[in-house]
Amino acid sequence: MAEAPSNTGQDATRLATEARDRVRFEEEALGLSDQVYRVARHLASSREEADDLVQETYARAFRSWRSYTPGTNLRAWLLRILTNLNIDRGRRKQRTPQMQPLEANDYYLYDKLAESDGGPSDEEKVVERLSQDDIVSALSEVPHDFRDVIVLVDIGDFSYQDAAQILSIPIGTVMSRLHRGRRILKRELADTFGDDDGNGTGSVDDGEESL
Amino acid sequence: MTAQHDPCAHCEEMMQPYLDHTLSDEEMREAEMHLDGCDWCRRRYRFEESLRIYVRQAVSKEPMPAALKEKLAALRIPLN
Repeated sequence: MAEAPSNTGQDATRLATEARDRVRFEEEALGLSDQVYRVARHLASSREEADDLVQETYARAFRSWRSYTPGTNLRAWLLRILTNLNIDRGRRKQRTPQMQPLEANDYYLYDKLAESDGGPSDEEKVVERLSQDDIVSALSEVPHDFRDVIVLVDIGDFSYQDAAQILSIPIGTVMSRLHRGRRILKRELADTFGDDDGNGTGSVDDGEESL
Repeated sequence: MTAQHDPCAHCEEMMQPYLDHTLSDEEMREAEMHLDGCDWCRRRYRFEESLRIYVRQAVSKEPMPAALKEKLAALRIPLN
């Protein structure tokens, strides 16, 4: 009989510790939500899809918080859930059949922008001829496999190694997709810019928000 | 013309790994030697650097909807 209170006491302590760990986990995860959203927004095809994806990711993360090892990279852990969900959602069933994406050489975009400006000019000014909308829409045109690595490495700031783990692909594939993806993005940007007939419609810093 | 014969084409091949800091020391020196003497490539490298920063800024500008943030907080499992 004397043991009963002691067991109950241990149970209570264990439950309290677990509750504390879980709350800590949830708060840490919620603190990363802006970063998770930013990646989701450009992995998914639309805002609505990104919203759903992020919610599903957090619902799953909160349910399976015990499988996270404290002290490891929580952002990468959350994004692995997110990218897996994104793949599960059948994103590979794209509307258009998988085509060989158009890719130009690395200097193509600069040459095109500088040329339309009447010759060489300040590189930082040249880049400002692209609008925020141009960039967001060009990125959305990059095929998923390539876009995923650009979003994780160039926007999400993940290392090649982290991106490889998140996407479950070899590191060499991350590198080659990244290099090709950036070229495809530049090609898309060059095309977008061409559609504008060379009229830069505002820069990233002009405070205009795309709708 | 192949990369071996055209130093600027070779320099272009090295641009992304150069900016990603994944070139070997020897390749790094080779790229820098070329860039020191080639304004044409140097401009293009600087453009790439600016572009990466610019793209990151452009796509990071869209804030997370406040309603979504609330929905995420509501997904937390209540303490019993």
